[in-house]
Amino acid sequence: MTRLTYAEAARDAIAEEMRRDPTVWAVGEDLGRGGVFGQYKGLPEEFGPERIADAPISEACIMGAAVGAALMGTRPIVELRFSDFALCAVDELVNQAAKARYMFGGQGRVPLVVREPIGMWRSSAAQHSQSLEGWYTHIPGLVVVAPATPACNKGLLKAAIRCDDPVVYLEHKNLWPLQGEVPDGEHLIEIGKARIARAGRDLTLVSWSAAVHACVEAAVALAGAGIEIEVVDLRSLWPWDKAAVLASVEKTGRLMVAHEAVRVGGFGAEVAATVAECLHGALKAPVKRLGAPRVPISYAPNLEDEVRVTAEKIIAAARAMMADSHSA
Amino acid sequence: MPANSAERRQGSGRRRAAPGNLDVARLLDSYRTMLRIRAFEEAAVRGLDEKLVLGAIHPSIGQEAVAVGVCANLEPSDILLSTHRGHGHTIAKGADTLAMMRELFGREGGTCQGKGGSMHIADFKVGMLGANGVVAANILIAVGAAHAVRLKKGREIVACIFGDGAINRGPFLEGLNWAGVWKLPILFVCEDNGFAATTRTHAMTAGGGPAARAESFGIPSSTIDGNDILAVEEAVRRLLAEIRAGGGPRFLLCRTYRLTGHTAADAAGYRSRDEVEKAWDGDPVARTRDLLLTAGVAASDIADAEEAARNEITAAYDAAKASPFPPLERAFADVQDVGDPRREAF
Repeated sequence: MTRLTYAEAARDAIAEEMRRDPTVWAVGEDLGRGGVFGQYKGLPEEFGPERIADAPISEACIMGAAVGAALMGTRPIVELRFSDFALCAVDELVNQAAKARYMFGGQGRVPLVVREPIGMWRSSAAQHSQSLEGWYTHIPGLVVVAPATPACNKGLLKAAIRCDDPVVYLEHKNLWPLQGEVPDGEHLIEIGKARIARAGRDLTLVSWSAAVHACVEAAVALAGAGIEIEVVDLRSLWPWDKAAVLASVEKTGRLMVAHEAVRVGGFGAEVAATVAECLHGALKAPVKRLGAPRVPISYAPNLEDEVRVTAEKIIAAARAMMADSHSA
Repeated sequence: MPANSAERRQGSGRRRAAPGNLDVARLLDSYRTMLRIRAFEEAAVRGLDEKLVLGAIHPSIGQEAVAVGVCANLEPSDILLSTHRGHGHTIAKGADTLAMMRELFGREGGTCQGKGGSMHIADFKVGMLGANGVVAANILIAVGAAHAVRLKKGREIVACIFGDGAINRGPFLEGLNWAGVWKLPILFVCEDNGFAATTRTHAMTAGGGPAARAESFGIPSSTIDGNDILAVEEAVRRLLAEIRAGGGPRFLLCRTYRLTGHTAADAAGYRSRDEVEKAWDGDPVARTRDLLLTAGVAASDIADAEEAARNEITAAYDAAKASPFPPLERAFADVQDVGDPRREAF
């Protein structure tokens, strides 16, 4: 094990895959200086400007060019800096990358990774703070990944680079400095497999990305009050680990989903609906979703915190669920 | 609109003397391909009337010289990106017309297994990397394909054909800038038929137009009569040589005219009958025929070529009509490997 930050783990993943496979290259704004968050630090020096390629502020072209380069047999890692900016490249991702293989009848593949940093990052306001992962889960052809820890970031990014499908890879900006133990040597995590971040018997709490840490904090606090929460970190949203979630809810009889994204139409709705469809009879309480209210994110810190899903809000919701329960 | 463009081929208005160094055999080959495209487009329109073609089609009748002049100079390994009006480009790059007709009919054995239709025709084995349903989107994919060639230190050239309507989209500007910055091996071909769907492009375009915009990115541009097969061939040959010599991207503006509506269902009432009549006088197929006759090619050889094209496309039409629709399980194939809908119960 080596102690690495979330950003360093991703950087190491890219370096290892680029050493292993000469067709892997990265392209995006500011990469020649190591990336706007330092997440490519050291890579320009090792791999040079052809493989760690600077790009103009042309999100559509970065994404569209990656589609063409992927169809020609290379494996681009596309850096879009903020998921908010990725909206300038939606046609290229949704109409082109996601559909090329299908609409051309399988003649080509689009093996690329799109890194779109998401989430609230102190006072970044409405155009640099969004969590839009739910949108991408709606698009056939895309794989959607949102890691919460340094180890997951390394193992999942390596798997994403090796994947022959277009992968939307969502790292949370607040997690860049987060430290954690990362396994040494070849560390790959299968996309689509959840992680039990904390085991428990009373309530299943499904989450992903930075919100996982608030969930674990809440679970630790509630354990002192005799409520044992099982935190399931989905890690991948498409495909998502339905089996792991259903197995946990079968055991606990209660489901809460907590995510930073807007609650309305969020991916939590998909998880909640699936559990309601499959395990209605096993539920001891109504399913519960926690997410942001349907408002843009503010600049003022108190307004920003107002819409954030916190451990305190999770604790309150979990206590209410336990109080509202009946025997299944 | 004339029902049969063959009637129009008799006596076109614009004759030109054949140049002394004319490669007649090559010109006859180009004429054959133009005829095959014309016959394919006319059959596709008929297919729409007979409800065999089910979605929208955008015929390239009147633009055949651009398709043939560009593709005749590409190597088989060179790459082509096309548009929603892409049947001609695809045929000229070497795709099989039966597979294409099956694709238009949504049948088994189509170039895209019946899943793409007219607007998503692609034939990777001949280097045709796809038509596109989104205007200008192909420009960025072409840029990326050329970028990959550069990364792999390959020798291929990427040709990207788009319409004049594309120049007002951001991807045109982003893509040309990128190609200029990286000096990519791309031939940009603007097929200027004067219309962006039903709108006259010049009415909605500020400044000096496509070539001026290319020049502003430092990309040398040439403007030619796109209905003159010899002019297209000559320009493309010269520009491809410059690109192959490492000169970076080149831009070719081909002036042509869309003799049909935007789609086969568009009666194009926004332009006068007189305008269209005049445009038929410049029909590139008829002009090429005139060139061949002037160069001394026997009328019987020309008639043979015309009959061969008709026969090929008629046979493709009939065979496509007799082909089955794809099996239902194909709806779930080629979506993705991870999260494959055939394995995941969602």
